[in-house]
Amino acid sequence: MARGRIEINEDNCKGCTLCTIACPQGVIVMATDHPSAKGYYPAMFVDPEGQCTGCALCAVACPDVCITVYRQVPAKTRPQEAAV
Amino acid sequence: MMVAETVLEEQVVYARPASLRDVPTHYCPGCTHGVAHRLVAEVLDELGIRERTIGVSPVGCAVFAYKYFNTDGCEAAHGRAPAMATGIKRVRPDMVVFTYQGDGDLAAIGTGEIIHAATRGELFTTIFINNAIYGMTGGQMAPTTLPGQYTSSSPAGRDVETAGFPIRMAEVIAGLPGAAYVARRSLHNVKEIMKAKKAIRTAFKVQLAGLGFSMVELLSACPTNWSMSPPEAMRWIEEAMVPYYPLGDFKVAEGVEALLKER
Repeated sequence: MARGRIEINEDNCKGCTLCTIACPQGVIVMATDHPSAKGYYPAMFVDPEGQCTGCALCAVACPDVCITVYRQVPAKTRPQEAAV
Repeated sequence: MMVAETVLEEQVVYARPASLRDVPTHYCPGCTHGVAHRLVAEVLDELGIRERTIGVSPVGCAVFAYKYFNTDGCEAAHGRAPAMATGIKRVRPDMVVFTYQGDGDLAAIGTGEIIHAATRGELFTTIFINNAIYGMTGGQMAPTTLPGQYTSSSPAGRDVETAGFPIRMAEVIAGLPGAAYVARRSLHNVKEIMKAKKAIRTAFKVQLAGLGFSMVELLSACPTNWSMSPPEAMRWIEEAMVPYYPLGDFKVAEGVEALLKER
């Protein structure tokens, strides 16, 4: 299974929760304790067991383009085409 | 025996497209305008046409679209984006021109402009956002509001006896001879978003090939004015809007079929 991780731009996140629904691994959760500067509770990437596969479905669903997706690929090979 | 260890390196597989400026949008949480913007920007990137693209913004929620797309752009009077796009494209036929319009802009005040632009077969692309409501002005009934749908100006639900039935714009435009490619897609889940992107890519290819007018209607969510959470709004698109506004290609003119197979 491919390994991956995401970075969420919490300043641009509006807390719509659509990425948490799109994520097949359930490794995105909504913050409950720290609102962003705009007053939204942003999505957070919580993946202590390394379940993220870098599938990028969260990024496809995100209306605010807050998510950057990284995937571990074998060196010397070209990256797979992005999910879309 | 030595086993070669696979060396892994981290690569970016998804990031903000270059055609979308890195600024926060003014859209409400869960509004799929942001998704539609990103899909258009990704297509412009992939086709390599960002440097020669001119967008025309509407009046409506997407009125600031020219601030978000990293292309040239201008702002049309309410509903007149197709007329402005016609002028731009005729003066600069080497440029790629698209309009980005909502249902209040395209299906209400600007119905005449879009119909005649499509009839003339003007060589630009229209991205039509249908969210079944007037979003910017506070959630009034739109031409695309569904029968029985509650809005701030139809508090008892849209009564088709007095307000008539919603317009299926994609079907209307598809009936016009100048339209080369007309499709309707939805943005309510990841699978449909991916299909929407393919349709947008085809629409721009139709323009690049000079085959005629192209339009993609996107069923979009307005959680704020529908008084729903974003996940509820996505379900409402699927359960209420898609049955009335069927998804698919409504016009595939001669020559476009080859583009559809290209992907």
